[in-house]
Amino acid sequence: MNALEVEGLVKRFGGLAALDGASFAVPAGSITGLIGPNGAGKSTAFATIAGFHRPDAGHVRLFGREVTGESPWALHAAGLARTFQIPRLFARLTVRENLMVAARDQAGERLPAPWFARARIAREEAALAARADAVLARLNLARHADAPASALSGGQKKLVELGRALMSGARVILLDEPAAGVNRTLLREIAATIARLNREEGITFLVIEHDLDLVAELCTPVHCMAEGRVIASGRMEEVRADPMVAEAYLGMAIEPA
Amino acid sequence: MEAALLYLATMLTLAGVYACLALGLNLQWGLTGLMNFGGLGFLAIGAYTAALLTAPESAQPGAAHGGGFGWPWWAAWPLAALAGALLALPVGAAALRLRADYLAIATIGIGEILRLVVRNEDWLTGGPLGVPGIPRPLEGLGEPAGQFAYLGLVLLVAAGLYAMAEATARSPFGRTLRAIREDEEAAKAVGKNPGAFRLAAFALGAACMGLAGAMLAGFFKFMGPDALDPVTATFLVWVMLIAGGSGNNRGAVLGAVLVWAIWAASDFLAAQLPGEAATRAAYVRLFLIGLALQLILLHRPQGLLGERPGR
Repeated sequence: MNALEVEGLVKRFGGLAALDGASFAVPAGSITGLIGPNGAGKSTAFATIAGFHRPDAGHVRLFGREVTGESPWALHAAGLARTFQIPRLFARLTVRENLMVAARDQAGERLPAPWFARARIAREEAALAARADAVLARLNLARHADAPASALSGGQKKLVELGRALMSGARVILLDEPAAGVNRTLLREIAATIARLNREEGITFLVIEHDLDLVAELCTPVHCMAEGRVIASGRMEEVRADPMVAEAYLGMAIEPA
Repeated sequence: MEAALLYLATMLTLAGVYACLALGLNLQWGLTGLMNFGGLGFLAIGAYTAALLTAPESAQPGAAHGGGFGWPWWAAWPLAALAGALLALPVGAAALRLRADYLAIATIGIGEILRLVVRNEDWLTGGPLGVPGIPRPLEGLGEPAGQFAYLGLVLLVAAGLYAMAEATARSPFGRTLRAIREDEEAAKAVGKNPGAFRLAAFALGAACMGLAGAMLAGFFKFMGPDALDPVTATFLVWVMLIAGGSGNNRGAVLGAVLVWAIWAASDFLAAQLPGEAATRAAYVRLFLIGLALQLILLHRPQGLLGERPGR
């Protein structure tokens, strides 16, 4: 069973085909890696899968169901969450609010409940705050819960993005460069958190990452993209050994570590 | 003494109406980041809805306008609020999909269109002659008790709108609006449909403005094109919200009362000047308000009361 299937995905921006028939699968329960040189179309693939771009051709299936062209909120409701390469937090909301806002199906989000169902909303909010605090504790961010999100460091912002995805109860999470700009200690923490969430809660991850050692440690299978297509797939050792991958990276250190 | 008290009641009644306008704008701009420069249009549609529903049938021939149903105010005012919201829906549906600045342009347009409709569609609005004889709620109590009772009614409505705005801002709905204001793409990534939330906030704010219009019509007992001035109905409300602190409902009310007090006092002082100087003073006043807005934006952009940090 595949959590995600991408088939012949095409996305053009003007004359440029950022995605040029990309096809790959993300097995349910896996941590799948997506690597490739800059401009290979990885982030565009994320945005297109998550409904932020409408593809010009091709299919996206989520647990076997055709979801091509659905809105980001419909996909979120269906259990797909994404993070951004450069963290996009709600700057003037607190860290806890950043997480709470990401919960699905909040009764207090629909008018006129905020005016007439105050007691019910207060109960819902208390439960939501407790859930957010539990996620923050797991991400080692508990003491920042009441700080505005803008006060966090870059690495902590990455963690909050992950926390937001967890709050949604997503079954499939797309992580865009979780290790970029993160110091080694925090990197170990993030890697351990991803592995644990995958193992204990069965969450499927699709991870874009340039730190190939991290990919080798976490991800199976790995797909390598170049020029809008997937050029190699398999276990990391196999992908690394592929001559087309070496050529695509053109001089980047790709030899086995 | 009684004259002074009546003057004070007049000023406070108008301050209450402005507080409702500022609360509506705060829902749109402060909470959701929607730039509405068409406050006049939403005020006007509420004012004329209330005017046409509550006014008695036009007695004099030649001074005809539409409506004249003689409804009680408590039946007409909710419809005035609804009219504001209904005007917001098509404008919002068209403009909210576009970038934020397009909404500003579209709302300026709707304000001007409403002004032209009011002035030219005689069969409905009475044209330049307007709608006279609008009954003021509670005026049956006689003078001056009726004036004070009306002040009480306006303040009660303003307090109700404040409570509604606070409940909205502190609710999960308000939190989602703030999230959309901060980062629309990130809001989509956490499963929100920004367009639907924005439209709801835009219509809700417009309903407050429509209700303010109804209260203004009841206060003047007359509604005509000259009673609708973009300077006071749109521009002054922006100054109030920014001075008081956008994103903060208390700031919106505080700004409305303070700026209205300054505006009214400067009007009073300018009127004391001799002849031509008084005419000029009116323009100087406008210039000074604009200058004050610039200074606030430069030196205290969060206003007197900044946005309350969330829980």
